[in-house]
Amino acid sequence: MLSRTADNLFWLSRYVERAENMARLMEMGYRMALMPAAGDGNRSEWESVLSASGCASGYDPDAPLRQEEVANFLIFNRDNQSSIINCFEYARANARAMRTAITADMWEALNNALMELRRPSMHNLAKNELPEFIDWVKKQGALFRGATDSTILRNDGYDFIRLGTFIERADNTARLLDVKYYVLLPETSMVGDGVDNYQWTTVLRAASSLRAFHWVYRDDYSPHRIAHFLILNPFSPRSLAHCAEQITQHLERLARHYGQRHSVHHLAVETYSLLTQSEMDEIFSTGLHEFLSDFQVRNRALSHAIANDYHFGGQ
Amino acid sequence: MFNEMRVNDQVREPYRALVDWMEANGPEVLEQKRLEAETLFRKIGITFAVYGEGGDPERLIPFDLIPRIFTAMEWRKLDRGVKQRARALNAFLYDVYHNGEIIKAGIVPADLVFRNDAFEPAVIGIDPPRNVYSHIVGVDIVRTGPDDFYVLEDNCRTPSGVSYMLENREIMMRMFPDLFRNLRIEPVESYPDMLLKTLKSIAPRKCDREPNIVVLTPGAMNSAYYEHSFLADQMGVELVEGQDLFVHEDRVYMRTTRGPARVDVIYRRIDDAYIDPLCFRSDSVLGIPGLMNVYRSGGVAICSAPGAGVADDKAVYTYVPDMIRFYLGQEPILKNVPTWKCSKPDDLQYVLEHLDELVVKEVHGSGGYGMLVGPASTKAEQAAYAKRIQADPGDFIAQPTLSLSACPTFVESGIAPRHVDFRPFCLVGDDVRLTPGGLTRVALCEGSLVVNSSQGGGVKDTWIMSD
Repeated sequence: MLSRTADNLFWLSRYVERAENMARLMEMGYRMALMPAAGDGNRSEWESVLSASGCASGYDPDAPLRQEEVANFLIFNRDNQSSIINCFEYARANARAMRTAITADMWEALNNALMELRRPSMHNLAKNELPEFIDWVKKQGALFRGATDSTILRNDGYDFIRLGTFIERADNTARLLDVKYYVLLPETSMVGDGVDNYQWTTVLRAASSLRAFHWVYRDDYSPHRIAHFLILNPFSPRSLAHCAEQITQHLERLARHYGQRHSVHHLAVETYSLLTQSEMDEIFSTGLHEFLSDFQVRNRALSHAIANDYHFGGQ
Repeated sequence: MFNEMRVNDQVREPYRALVDWMEANGPEVLEQKRLEAETLFRKIGITFAVYGEGGDPERLIPFDLIPRIFTAMEWRKLDRGVKQRARALNAFLYDVYHNGEIIKAGIVPADLVFRNDAFEPAVIGIDPPRNVYSHIVGVDIVRTGPDDFYVLEDNCRTPSGVSYMLENREIMMRMFPDLFRNLRIEPVESYPDMLLKTLKSIAPRKCDREPNIVVLTPGAMNSAYYEHSFLADQMGVELVEGQDLFVHEDRVYMRTTRGPARVDVIYRRIDDAYIDPLCFRSDSVLGIPGLMNVYRSGGVAICSAPGAGVADDKAVYTYVPDMIRFYLGQEPILKNVPTWKCSKPDDLQYVLEHLDELVVKEVHGSGGYGMLVGPASTKAEQAAYAKRIQADPGDFIAQPTLSLSACPTFVESGIAPRHVDFRPFCLVGDDVRLTPGGLTRVALCEGSLVVNSSQGGGVKDTWIMSD
């Protein structure tokens, strides 16, 4: 397959996943804002959302950190590279540049989503309409993945699409957790009071994992278990361990298909082993933030290695 | 004006079944089908961008639901005439890049060929595979009466529009399944297979295996990008951009996830000027440096061959009937439109005196730009155009304003006749192949003769009835 096509497929699925994660983040913010403030009370939920989105640097420092402004920035702002509308613009532009590599169903899912988003009437979102909009975005992501899953050939293109999805998802889960632990909770704050638990469950919600959590642990929430669920539990669809497992599998498939192994395979296995061999206590004692930062660095390195080893440059 | 559906209130034979269907179902059903078709087009993403007009880069090309229909008999004549022309044009191209017999014989003036911008000195003496230069010839044909067909121009450089022929048919079959069941309409769906066969048949000299074929596009911003990707997809070959290809040791390769992969045949949809910055325009970022060297040494085949444009120049066009007689020893089956060449003093004088009744075109122009339609122009426009002609007479030709045939078409006020033309796509490789069908373009404005999609023209499906 053309390197440019692989590059396009990889980023196409990253953008779709990113848009969906932006929506999940806002869902978290919206929920948190319905609760009395935690900690010192000055920190706003929307500031956390902004910081977890990874695009805070583009936010007007003079703009208020309220739902209206932050949501508008994360959804419709054209200068924000990761705004939902831009994610769909880039995803569709990538798709259009290699129409032959994706199926009609995938194209329609992307094309329809963007056509809707571009409609001016979409852009006056009332405050209470945010949850509905979030659902809509999640649905578009699901539709695209569903169309991909049921129509695309299981060849190398499929592997690059899936690699994009899981690299992006791992990055988002790590950032989500990091924000909860680092931004929301000053180190001095007590872990485990009522408000804090509520916020932790909100993190689960943002990962659409609340019910799944119950099925797995059949017990109360605790930061320890929630972090375990999102980091080390291989059964959780958004956990770092699951993402790493999927990434390793798809890289293995590529190695079999091409009969070639690269440095990226080594890197992926290393990260995967780290996640299968770590214990939550250990992570908490050395510092969750440090662990998550390290993971994000590894994840970025993995993305670069994929681009290098399969002959497409970084984007 | 010849109305292809009705003559003296009598429905012409090929349109009988269609008219019956329309009368039985009524205008509401037809209107509903029209809306369905438009939704389908947008969903599939068939669009056409118009350069320099701004606005939506993915504008829909208007599709008209009422088909244009030819009888088997009419088609037989078109088929023979188009193939004849495609053969003669290729013979001409081989000749002008080799011995120039037609020039020595005094039939075509040397200046017209050798001082033509489209004449490519870099390919003199090169033998392209099978000696074919123009592998896809789009011949634009208009009709003025029951038996009167004229060739308006030839397109020897990868003409576009064939994706519309195929997609229009798909949509029509979805809209009117009962008509397709009951009538015997020649299928067009074999075109991509025939194109692939043609491209395989022109594998370069050095190719010792099943040739690896690619479609080369300038990219997603090009107006015909949809067609490029559609054809690549239909043939099951890679759609590449210049940046995906590179030259290494006399061969062309594409960058793939497994490393370099050799390319043997390039169906390029970018102009000569851009394909190799080392040979042609050095500022081109669309092309592949060194491509022409590989081509020269038989390491790659290029479709259409560089230099093919000299055959579809509007001034060269006037000599095509002579080419047919010279190379094939046959009489032309399809007529040329009588043409005045402003390079000739007598013709120039005539043209300047009759601007109000002629259509004047730039010799090298295309896409319906820069032309003057005399009867539809103002005195001021004519005066301004006359100045342009006088400044460089060799750049212009003029033709009588033909009374183009019209086909019933959906317009705001209902169904009304609109002028149409027709472009079949002839393939030349190991054989000369022609799909029974083509692209019918329709001028949507009342009285307008300009059918180009870049000028607001629309398209129709074209039905060839089988015997």
